[in-house]
Amino acid sequence: MGNDAHTPDAAASVDFEQVQSTERFQELRKRHRSFVFPMAVAFLLWYFAYVLLADYAVEFMSTKVWGNINVGLILGLLQFVSTFAITGWYVSYSNRKLDPIAAEIRNEIEGHEFDKDGNAVSGVTK
Amino acid sequence: MIGIATAVDVADLKETTLLNMGIFGLFVAVTMVIVLRASRNNKTAADYYAAGRSFTGSQNGTAIAGDYLSAASFLGITGAIAINGYDGFMYSIGFLVAWLVALLLVAELLRNTGKFTMADVLSFRLKQRPVRIAAAISTLVVCFFYLLAQMAGAGSLVSLLLGISDWGGQALVIIVVGALMIMYVLIGGMKGTTWVQIIKAVLLIAGAAVMTLWVLAIYGFNLSSLLGAAVETAGNPAVLNPGLQYGKSDTSKLDFMSLGLALVLGTAALPHVLMRFYTVPTAKEARKSVVWSIWLIGLFYLFTLVLGYGAAALVGADTIKSAPGGVNSAAPLLAFFLGGPLLLGFISAVAFATILAVVAGLTITAAASFAHDIYASVISKGKADADTEVKVARRTVVVIGVMAILGGIFANGQNVAFLVALAFAVAASANLPTIIYSLFWRRFTTQGAVWSMYGGLGSAIVLIAFSPVVSGLKTSMIPGANFAFFPLSNPGIVSIPLAFLLGWLGTVLDKKREDAAKQAEMEVRSLTGVGAEKAVDH
Repeated sequence: MGNDAHTPDAAASVDFEQVQSTERFQELRKRHRSFVFPMAVAFLLWYFAYVLLADYAVEFMSTKVWGNINVGLILGLLQFVSTFAITGWYVSYSNRKLDPIAAEIRNEIEGHEFDKDGNAVSGVTK
Repeated sequence: MIGIATAVDVADLKETTLLNMGIFGLFVAVTMVIVLRASRNNKTAADYYAAGRSFTGSQNGTAIAGDYLSAASFLGITGAIAINGYDGFMYSIGFLVAWLVALLLVAELLRNTGKFTMADVLSFRLKQRPVRIAAAISTLVVCFFYLLAQMAGAGSLVSLLLGISDWGGQALVIIVVGALMIMYVLIGGMKGTTWVQIIKAVLLIAGAAVMTLWVLAIYGFNLSSLLGAAVETAGNPAVLNPGLQYGKSDTSKLDFMSLGLALVLGTAALPHVLMRFYTVPTAKEARKSVVWSIWLIGLFYLFTLVLGYGAAALVGADTIKSAPGGVNSAAPLLAFFLGGPLLLGFISAVAFATILAVVAGLTITAAASFAHDIYASVISKGKADADTEVKVARRTVVVIGVMAILGGIFANGQNVAFLVALAFAVAASANLPTIIYSLFWRRFTTQGAVWSMYGGLGSAIVLIAFSPVVSGLKTSMIPGANFAFFPLSNPGIVSIPLAFLLGWLGTVLDKKREDAAKQAEMEVRSLTGVGAEKAVDH
């Protein structure tokens, strides 16, 4: 293990600007951003809508739905549900759409000595 | 007092002190042995800071849960719900939803780009020195705020166990407990710390699960009747509705928004959470860790809802407030009510382990940041060898620990979750804009990073210093003085947007352009994992 500030130079000789401009990489970048950005906006909007309701719509949130369980509690628990759902969705998306491309590009750059880094690789380098 | 008590009398606690302390002491001894065993393999800097990058995703995920579920989550949230009802639940939701920011935007990209610390990533394609120093300073400050909260929690807990209610006695408790915790970190390094976190996460979640089932069983597994009982004990139906704590005025409503913002944006900027992503071998394992920890943390926060209202119903807000340790004693008092001194001893030991593990994670992060970012990279300009760096890290642990103990003595009596929310606000202001910009905005420059980090950090701290948290109220840290001019107790709503704005402004006003090749390298590395740090073999 080196101790200098920079990352080690396993890939020092690579022309990253060239890699960055390839179609494969641009596709990976697009796939990543087109998922995480809208998703981040969506869950943040839903979260702040909830906070605003709890803050300024106390009567609505206090409406009893079933026994002592009110709208506020249900919306709060739905925040848990949506968090779990988005987590699952993201994992399945990256396993299908991101990992294979990322592994492909990584393999090209680092040569084919790729055994330690994750399972997606073995599926791609036949 | 074995079996279900009919009411909690705090005076009873003193009679069982010996038993509590016995269970407690046993626990401390067992974890110490584990730390000693785990530390045998600490040879290199990668071992000490990143545990040789040898943990699996699920191990690391459990450790992240252990790191994240601090005294704030267990003692703080339970207490907040027990006293303030629904408004306390807000902490649980914010603390959980925040993980999506980490999962979607930060965790994997960061693992692919960095090495040990947050500064590694932030300074990757910008000017090393200024960015690294700024990132290290903000890491130290965030860790300090977080530590202060944990020390205050430890003080509350042990004071309750020993029945100490005077200020001097509690201060002494904080000193002893703090010293003990520093020992663990000095000996164990990241590997020892990680194991303590894993064990603690399992015990904490199991302990909370048992108490949750127990409380639910008392009410026939009917959440509605539990809530009804909480209303009855409190004598106030409003405990089920939002606004009991924050709905009093327009200012307090704004404060609630501010808290909500800080909670959801803070997690992905907490240096000790970010550092955990380096203990796994690949980005895929980093993703697995986050997923694993989201499930564990989410589950735990569902428990806190039952525990909080359970404490409100069975113990009662007045008893909690008057106990040594105040609002933070809700969970231990509930344990005492349910299972007598045995369960109290167990739960207190778990809570203590919780604090211990979090303190260890925080101090090691702060120490790594100082030794790696300031000492090795800036002071000795990369010439220091790894041994010296680890030596500096160990000394930093002592300094940070002493500062946190002193801070903890002043913060004693404040709700731990509230104090941690301040650390979240500082982290979200100082770090998050720069993390997001440098990962996703090609044009971002050094000037933008420096403006955003110092602007966010500075404004957050100044606003806290001049808020009712520090002075002006009976509940303030310095109750006698009044120099507060900022009305909100959480600065997030001002300092976080300000930091984003400064990052943008600093960049567009910067005439210098950053190295396009470095930007390309960072982007390719972050998305593909090319050249990422591999695991260390032993």
